Amino acid sequence: MLTMLTAAAPELFFEPANFIQNLRYMGIGMLVIFVIIGVIILATGLVGYLFSDKPVS
Amino acid sequence: MDILYQNLLAFTRYDLIMIIIGCVLIYLAIGRQMEPSLLLPMGFGTILVNIPFSDALAGPIMELYQAGIANELFPLLLFIGIGAMIDFGPLLSNPKLMLFGAAAQFGIFFTLCMASMFFPQIDAASIAIIGAADGPTSIAVANTLGSKYVGAITVAAYSYMALVPIIQPPVIKLLTSKKERMIRMPYEQKAVSRKTRILFPIIITVVASAIVPQATALIGFLMFGNLIRECGVLESLSGTAQNVLANLITIFLGISVAFNMTADQFLKLDTLLILGLGLVAFVVDTAGGVLFAKLLNLFSKKKVNPMIGAAGISAFPMSGRIVHKMAQEEDPQNFLLMHSIGVNVSGQIASVIAGGIILNLFS
Repeated sequence: MLTMLTAAAPELFFEPANFIQNLRYMGIGMLVIFVIIGVIILATGLVGYLFSDKPVS
Repeated sequence: MDILYQNLLAFTRYDLIMIIIGCVLIYLAIGRQMEPSLLLPMGFGTILVNIPFSDALAGPIMELYQAGIANELFPLLLFIGIGAMIDFGPLLSNPKLMLFGAAAQFGIFFTLCMASMFFPQIDAASIAIIGAADGPTSIAVANTLGSKYVGAITVAAYSYMALVPIIQPPVIKLLTSKKERMIRMPYEQKAVSRKTRILFPIIITVVASAIVPQATALIGFLMFGNLIRECGVLESLSGTAQNVLANLITIFLGISVAFNMTADQFLKLDTLLILGLGLVAFVVDTAGGVLFAKLLNLFSKKKVNPMIGAAGISAFPMSGRIVHKMAQEEDPQNFLLMHSIGVNVSGQIASVIAGGIILNLFS
């Protein structure tokens, strides 16, 4: 099956080990997204708190 | 007469297959109304570039491609229009919803690992970004990384965005119980001040760009469009960005993406594999959002309906509407729309950030 695959598309390869090697990018990527989103949530909450429309008495 | 015959005889079966693919894209756009604004120009462009000796390919389409896609200008300009269309109000009422947008980018990185088993790293990263469920981000990232699969990636990204109503519901149902789907989330309308609305795009731009500088253009243009909308003094520009600019760029973008839709570049086993990996990305994105919501429910007293996690993929606003519709099917009195739309716009932000992270890691 794999021989047929690589014969039909010579540029393709099948290296299952690459999945494991790239798991670190998954970890880094998700960590960075959550860090950025976390900072944005905190900053947005702070801005919302500081600049909320106060009821006029 | 000989010249006419020669031209006709120059047609190969591969050209004809690509012309049929172009017609299928046009049918999907008109007959099924699947992302018609992009699939129609793309379908017609596919026909134009696959006619033997076509002067469109070496002429206007190549010029448009060089002028707007090779340098990422069109996707970025389109982001101004998209930013001007987005109301971040529901998100600003409950900023914590942004966490779901982050979680639903999991499919991008999972697909990166999957694609790396078959493709070189640069192409794997470009294919993974299909999971951003955001056409302009996919085009910009794939182009910047220099992937040769831009055409297939664009087709996959826009096709699956259009197929979100078919892809997401089975995944959501598989991962949630009826009881979970019936969880109600009362919406508390909170007033969001004008200052907050104006400062929000600036904060996002500064924070995201400071941590991932490669995301500056993507996030900056999106937020610039939103600032035009929210500043309140540029109504005319906001209207132009939302309508004229977005429409014009969509036409140019669609037809010039077809530059990569020639038979020699598209009719390969690689393309089928890319379409399959794109589907994996969308499914895992959806699962990531739902499972994250379920995880939060383990620790939270105030339960969230896990379906809203699925709206964290960027396909705006279809994904938010689907979640709302599914909730109503279970319980007609359950109104999740404001929550799901809030999560959906956060997915837009998170997907652009994810695009920047991919660029940061691989460019």
